[in-house]
Amino acid sequence: MANHTIAETLYVPYLDEKGILSWLLSTDHKRIGIMYLISISTSFLIAGISSLLMRLELIAPGKTIVDAHQYNVLFTFHGTVMVFFFIVPGLAASLGNFLIPLMIGARDVAFPKLNLGSYWLYLLGATILLISLLKPADTGWTFYTPYSIKTGTDVILLTTGIFILGMSSILTGLNFIVTIHKLRAPGMTWHRLNLFVWASYATAILQLLATPVVGITLLLLIMERVFGIGFFDPAKGGDPILFQNFFWFYSHPAVYIMILPAFGVISEIIPVFSRKPIFGYKAMAYSLLAIALISFLVWAHHMFVSGMSEVAATIFSFLTMLVAIPTAIKVFNWTATLYKGSIQLHSAMLYALSLIFLFTIGGLTGVFLGSLAVDVHLHDTYFVVAHMHYVMIGGTVMGFFGALHFWYPKMFGKMFNEKVAKVAWALIFIGFNVTFFPQFILGTLGMPRRYADYPPEFHSLHELSTIGSLILGIGVFIMTVNLLRGLTNGEKAPENPYNSVSLEWQVPSPPPHENFEKIPVVTDYPYVYGKKNTQEG
Amino acid sequence: MNWLPEQASDFAGRVDTVIWFVTIISLISFILITIGLVYFAIKYRRRSENDETPYITGNLFLEMLWTVIPSILVMVIFVYGFVVYRDMRTPPQDALEVNVTGKQWLWQFQYQNGKSTINELYVQQDKPVKVVMRSDDVIHSFFVPAFRVKQDLIGGMYTYLWFTPTKVGIFDLYCAEYCGTGHSAMLGKVIVMSPEAYDRWEKGEEEEEGKAVAGLPPDQLGEKLYKERGCNACHSIDGSTLVGPTWKGLFGHEVSLTDGSTVTADENYIRQSILEPQAKMVKGFGPVMPAFKGILSDDDVAAIIAYIKTLK
Repeated sequence: MANHTIAETLYVPYLDEKGILSWLLSTDHKRIGIMYLISISTSFLIAGISSLLMRLELIAPGKTIVDAHQYNVLFTFHGTVMVFFFIVPGLAASLGNFLIPLMIGARDVAFPKLNLGSYWLYLLGATILLISLLKPADTGWTFYTPYSIKTGTDVILLTTGIFILGMSSILTGLNFIVTIHKLRAPGMTWHRLNLFVWASYATAILQLLATPVVGITLLLLIMERVFGIGFFDPAKGGDPILFQNFFWFYSHPAVYIMILPAFGVISEIIPVFSRKPIFGYKAMAYSLLAIALISFLVWAHHMFVSGMSEVAATIFSFLTMLVAIPTAIKVFNWTATLYKGSIQLHSAMLYALSLIFLFTIGGLTGVFLGSLAVDVHLHDTYFVVAHMHYVMIGGTVMGFFGALHFWYPKMFGKMFNEKVAKVAWALIFIGFNVTFFPQFILGTLGMPRRYADYPPEFHSLHELSTIGSLILGIGVFIMTVNLLRGLTNGEKAPENPYNSVSLEWQVPSPPPHENFEKIPVVTDYPYVYGKKNTQEG
Repeated sequence: MNWLPEQASDFAGRVDTVIWFVTIISLISFILITIGLVYFAIKYRRRSENDETPYITGNLFLEMLWTVIPSILVMVIFVYGFVVYRDMRTPPQDALEVNVTGKQWLWQFQYQNGKSTINELYVQQDKPVKVVMRSDDVIHSFFVPAFRVKQDLIGGMYTYLWFTPTKVGIFDLYCAEYCGTGHSAMLGKVIVMSPEAYDRWEKGEEEEEGKAVAGLPPDQLGEKLYKERGCNACHSIDGSTLVGPTWKGLFGHEVSLTDGSTVTADENYIRQSILEPQAKMVKGFGPVMPAFKGILSDDDVAAIIAYIKTLK
């Protein structure tokens, strides 16, 4: 920057202002991003603890620590908090808020006040969820009718909370779309955008178009429970499969709301730690959009044995297979980026490589479930539980942890202990696989999901899975402590510790309010690594 | 270690072939990617801060290659899965029909000869069976891993599945769609019999069983019914609370009802609670028990009462 000296004299890091109100009333996209980060991380840890309790119950057949109803409440709590309070708002709202304006060379998002409003809605939704715990729901996170209409637990409060979260999600998506369209710095063409921005853009489209459907569906469910209008209950002339269609019309695209930002994250991490341009930038960008588009057309693959017609099942099986294609392109292109690189196994890079490895398993097992004859056997078994966790933890959470370690110096201006971070990574990686790989076998053997108890022949695999979950829990604990200790004890972070060429690393750590002293002029895309004259291959 | 259940229906083997096919393709893809990751990470690890790296932005040929090959593979997987699925959804004309009703939390089977059983489905080896299903309440799912079949049961419409059992034996039946507190206890058995044994069961097992059970004292018959008729899914005999009240120490004791009154659990109260469970609900429990009027005979009810009396 030309006027670097002036910038330094006026430099006030965005973190400097103290006091809780300076946060809750801040319209700075970075502060809002950090508030989301704290909220979703808290949700993640709480929902994680509930899953450890479930695994403890399942360590042996028969009642161990909770009874059947309590178990059902636990998995409902785990699912709803993980899905709606952690992973859907998750990377999109926390990292998206922090990074998008920095990456596109803007001072803030397009509608800063609306952005803060979205966060308040999130808090309101979370508060309502907490109140609903007085009589916690036992429907599972899917709220299938007619059970969700008939159960005596508090479904109305919980779904109201999720409805409000949905509004938060829609407004965030809208804000990001407008920001990316209108606030790019001079020279920042679409093909010079960071892939994380592309991923956030694809995610925002899904948030904007799919979320209203789940909002309306939950509203119909509430109306049915309160006023007895028969939308879904067959006893009142309703159609329970209609609910499933509505629900998955949102919830399948939602899977991509969860995963696309993580794809964006590792597309940033891998080039930096390989010192290579991302392989096939355009294919990577357009495959994100392709996945988002196809994700609207595959929802009924959750319903092959629900009683819907065989013709519909066949069409949805075909469309589901199409998702595998752009996904395969991404996996291959990430791997090809490593070729002839200079690879540094920083903790963030370890998480990124873990994502490729684990998400490949998650994606391939998805092909099993997309195949009609195979799905009939595997549907609603532990195979689905394992598949989903390989995608959600192996994909999204690995991306999330990778992002935390990668952008930590920029976010907080401090460094964490890299050795401890690697130990935590190893425990998380091993613990995760020991927890969830046995669940594939449980599923192929026929163990149904959402069972509070199980026949003795499944005992050894369940026991192994529980042991894995404890290792995973210890790993996450060490990682959390390490990152929190870095805030107080860490060394001061330099402006650009990894020599990245991306825009967010060209501002001080932590960045000042409004990010840029002077709006930069962009001349190339953010993956210019290596010697240009050696182009080959 | 086995990772697939026993194959006990005629298309179990075909489904497993599809599973193996997808598994092998997946394993090859997975191994290729893992080798690539590990090999590159080791071979191209950073040796110094000044490592020179080439500026490679992509390769159209390679990208086409790994677009086209996966596309072909997933289409083959789709077609193969569809072909087997089509047969799984096309029952033969001569299939024997059995009606199944799922309710929280038991399976009720009604046969063409007028017989009816609870939680036990009797079928004949090598004879196709078409199971016509409906739910009395919430959604359930009929899942027999050994047959590789699964289908949801829904209120207000019929669904079906079919299979030809190929092995004599007893196979596990699970409810695979979450249906509430008793979901993991909604278990049943499919009993596959040789044609001769099935004949005997169809014609006169009741008489045979009548003879067999005639020798049983009522409390032992009650214990047998407790396990066979699914009472054990919801009522414990050791004092623990499941979906319904425990039977331990029940007889002769005062019970508080939802309307605030109390009643002594005597023969008439227990009889009424079995035949019309919603008439006098015990405080703290939901109205979820199905009525056993027409399912259990007077003798059965008397035997269960005799059994409850022994649980002090």
